[in-house]
Amino acid sequence: MDLAQTPLRELNAALHAPDVAGTWRVLNPRGAHALAVGIDAPVEVEIDGHAGYYCAGMNKHATVRVHGNAGVGVAENIMSGTVVVDGNASQSAGASGRGGMLVIRGSASARCGISMKGVDIVVQGSVGHMSAFMAQRGCLVVCGDAGDALGDSIYEARLYVRGSVAGLGADCIEKELRDEHEAELGALLERAGVTDCSASEFRRYGSARRLYNFDVDHAGEY
Amino acid sequence: MCAQRHWECVGRCLDSIGVCGIAGLFSKSPGVSERLGLHLSEMLLQLSDRGPDSAGVAFYRDPAPPGWSKVSLFSADPRQDWAGVATALGAGEPEVHGSHAVLVVEAEAGEAVEWLRERYPELRVMSAGEAIEIYKEAGRPERFVEEFGLSALSGSHALGHTRMATESRVTTDGSHPFSTGLDLCLVHNGSLSNHNRLRETLRAEGIEFQTENDSEVAAGYLTWRLREGASLEQALEGCLDDLDGFYTFAVGTKEGFAVLRDPIACKPAVMAETDDWVAMASEYRAIAVLPGAEEAATWEPEPGRVYSWERTPVP
Repeated sequence: MDLAQTPLRELNAALHAPDVAGTWRVLNPRGAHALAVGIDAPVEVEIDGHAGYYCAGMNKHATVRVHGNAGVGVAENIMSGTVVVDGNASQSAGASGRGGMLVIRGSASARCGISMKGVDIVVQGSVGHMSAFMAQRGCLVVCGDAGDALGDSIYEARLYVRGSVAGLGADCIEKELRDEHEAELGALLERAGVTDCSASEFRRYGSARRLYNFDVDHAGEY
Repeated sequence: MCAQRHWECVGRCLDSIGVCGIAGLFSKSPGVSERLGLHLSEMLLQLSDRGPDSAGVAFYRDPAPPGWSKVSLFSADPRQDWAGVATALGAGEPEVHGSHAVLVVEAEAGEAVEWLRERYPELRVMSAGEAIEIYKEAGRPERFVEEFGLSALSGSHALGHTRMATESRVTTDGSHPFSTGLDLCLVHNGSLSNHNRLRETLRAEGIEFQTENDSEVAAGYLTWRLREGASLEQALEGCLDDLDGFYTFAVGTKEGFAVLRDPIACKPAVMAETDDWVAMASEYRAIAVLPGAEEAATWEPEPGRVYSWERTPVP
């Protein structure tokens, strides 16, 4: 579908059709907002260019690839499926995501994985400040560096950073990278198609659990 | 930590991307200079949804010859006799755009402004200097672009703004860009919290303000720092310490333009550069309309870092 000719609403409506299937190629996205949002089917969507805000938001089952950069809130509230950004992502990538995987081949700016609730995010470059702010579940993997206040007010998400961390946020601490974490991390890197680094090169960060009334007996409910 | 606090915190971070659009375009080639108005108009139209209340632009073009200066004026009277003003001031033919006119005067800019304020108190001086021209008006950007004939303007660089009003009323005066010094202007996406106090401090330093708008205070702050000998980069770095609030600024001077985001980076910004131009905008779609945007180097400016471009003077 060529967005130079077809209105964006038509693209999204077509992707929401009950019988939608196959592979879709989107031409001339030119920074349009809300591209390929709310898909609920195992389709593949290839976006040839830069995307605007909220691309692939609320994604379920679909695989959406952005062959360019993505604006604010890419894959926000992703439920399942996979979203891959070849370039860089702007702020709040994967915000509030509940499941599935977000892969960013470049870097993500501030607040990557803010309030994440189960999505796994793999960033091959670096992330900006306040990433994984109030993160609850899922993993944020950063192959480069992390900005200031990483994991501020974090709940139960797991953060893996290979490079330097400018600063940890409130209640976020470094934790031991045990075998089970290395295994988890290795599997995430493999799923994300990252081949140039190994799990043992990362450090793990998570919640000190001093900021909220955490009861370890209820850990399974998070 | 309770659920309410959680959503307040997360919501504050996620909500702040709206409100106002800004755009800047700096030409590096004769082709882009020739069509600067056309390109900036297209950028503004893309940002119309971010700011439907008013729009404004600053163009740097046709520098006045040595000994002369340029003044942009606004009149609320649609039948304003601009030719009469020009004759009284000994200026050349006025260039009229909508409710504004640009006069080129054989005098220092400061002198001309003083004379105009005395003789024509009903007119509002929007900018003064060698090369700057400012046009702004309440209403939708589409209408503004058409009424002011922006597409026909050429120039070396230009800034634009589409406003969703927060800190002051929807009027031409409250529209951006703001200019408080010669050839200097500022467009702002965001909102400042310490502007009332800072305005008083700056007034005591002799900086003049025409409105109660927060963004005008930021422009005044830069004017003051530049007057005290700071470079544009130093003046902008001073904003990080002295301004409280959130902002993405684009600042124009006679030679170039600069961009600064607050350290929290509440407000969006994207930049791109090719061999022919440098551009910044609140959203990528405003850059996508530029020639060669697909191949441009594109990035998000880092928080708290000054980005600036200057024209090298022709020897």
